[in-house]
Amino acid sequence: MAGPLRTAEPTGTPPAPGGRRGGLSGYLLLLPGGVWLALFFVVPTATLVATSLYDPSGSLQLGYRMTGHVQNYADSIQDYSPQLVRSFLYAGAATLACVVLGFPLAYAIAFKAGRWKNLMLVAVIAPFFTSFLVRTLSWQYILGDNEALVSFLRTIRVLGEDGHLLATPFAVVTGLTYNFLPFMVLPLYASLEKIDHRFLEAAADLYSSPFTAFRTVTLPLAMPGLVAGTLLTFIPSAGDYINSELLGNPQTRMVGNEIQDLFAAGDYPTASALSVTLMAAIVVLVFVYVRRSGTEDLV
Amino acid sequence: MSAATATARRAGRGPGRWLADHLVLVLGLLVLVYMTVPVLVVMLMSFNDPASRNSYSFDGFTLANWTDVCGPFQLCESLVTSLQIGLLATLGATLLGTLMAFAMVRHRFRGRSAANLLIFLPMATPEVVMGSSLLALFVNVGVAGLLGFWTILVAHVLFCLSFVVVTVKARLAGLDPRLEQAAMDLYANEWQTFWRISFPLVFPGILGAALLSFSLSFDDFIITNLNAGQEVTFPMFVWGAAQRGIPPQINVVGTIMFLVAMAVVLAGELASRRRAGR
Repeated sequence: MAGPLRTAEPTGTPPAPGGRRGGLSGYLLLLPGGVWLALFFVVPTATLVATSLYDPSGSLQLGYRMTGHVQNYADSIQDYSPQLVRSFLYAGAATLACVVLGFPLAYAIAFKAGRWKNLMLVAVIAPFFTSFLVRTLSWQYILGDNEALVSFLRTIRVLGEDGHLLATPFAVVTGLTYNFLPFMVLPLYASLEKIDHRFLEAAADLYSSPFTAFRTVTLPLAMPGLVAGTLLTFIPSAGDYINSELLGNPQTRMVGNEIQDLFAAGDYPTASALSVTLMAAIVVLVFVYVRRSGTEDLV
Repeated sequence: MSAATATARRAGRGPGRWLADHLVLVLGLLVLVYMTVPVLVVMLMSFNDPASRNSYSFDGFTLANWTDVCGPFQLCESLVTSLQIGLLATLGATLLGTLMAFAMVRHRFRGRSAANLLIFLPMATPEVVMGSSLLALFVNVGVAGLLGFWTILVAHVLFCLSFVVVTVKARLAGLDPRLEQAAMDLYANEWQTFWRISFPLVFPGILGAALLSFSLSFDDFIITNLNAGQEVTFPMFVWGAAQRGIPPQINVVGTIMFLVAMAVVLAGELASRRRAGR
């Protein structure tokens, strides 16, 4: 973002009221929202870490004792490592699927849609307005055993005679892909849209094949969008438990399901430890990924 | 793809050219179909006459769900709760977020990058982590018994806030600051400059942020469920119904929400076209 100019002190004008307090009024504008974020984001995050170190024998009724019980982490990771691993596998698969599906769509909207561009963009965002849960439930119908898709796949022998789609890892990844696809398409579109067509024409004039032009011109220029889209799909997918609950089975439970259930059962220390572990793993992965992809000026 | 076009032009006409030109478009449209089918299914199922509580296949056509939306126990109560929370959260987040966006774009101050990070982090936190940390806070300060409307509202303002800042910031950064400078050159004070110049120009961004906030709040399940106590919002109603057997009225609500949103988008589009045409 180009550094916007500060307007409070235009040169050569009588000092506008408040103009000299430029710095201070910045703080004042920031204050209410900043306090909200500090009180309800920073403090809770610290509390979550503290809670993860409480003695696990405590309860809501008896109260908790802060004993620096690091063992909570070892215990929760030992008990829930399959769910943790599964969360990252499913989120990774969904993110990959979002790239594969989202790139052609974003590309088509940016370069091929012509006057249909706005309509296609609306069509990308439109499903958002039907409730997330209601849409996810409609996948139960689409992937259901008695419905057209499964019958068709059985007829063409892609699925076995008694093959299923619902209540499988495939269904969970399909749901995740569907729900977070717009978060891939929109940033990708924003990046592709900015590409100067003359770069591609220049590449063609210099006898590069369309594939080479794509690999050496389009793709690098689309990287910021690709990185942003990957993060926007991967992070919420890894923490999601709606898709795994509604479209999966007990063998597809993700770490979010466990965190939710542990909180509901009142086991706050274990739930908090698991939650902090999830966040830490995501932070490490994102850090490595952003480093690797070479767009560190993302934020 | 101009490169493909150029190469194809050089290679002359042929079926390959059409394919190269249109393949991406066809693929893109197929993906759009994938994104649209579930919405069409929701619309279809809103006319479903299910054979039993647990049936989730199309058993017959009926209009009964549309005439009896409030039939299922608690459905409309949960809708009202979600609307109330959505409106209040939108109001709060839009107000706080707009102020923050102005601070970030129009003022230079120490600690800007820390503020930027503070605004960005909530968006990069998985919902289940954000929800559980808020719950940990509420439990620790001893208000676990008061979980309900107000704790949901606090959470919703929180997660909408960052999205408002980012949306308004984008609009504000695109504005020419010289317009404001010109107003001040003409002896408008800061207050007048803001209300006469900046606010009207930024308003579309604020409106967009408010719409985004409302839809985020209305749709949220994970954070809400952790901090709701006994309160039931619409997504929580759907969640509960998914375990017990889904009333088809849920699909009516989904369809209505979709139609209302489309009407708003269409009205916005028409309004901006009329403005452009003038």
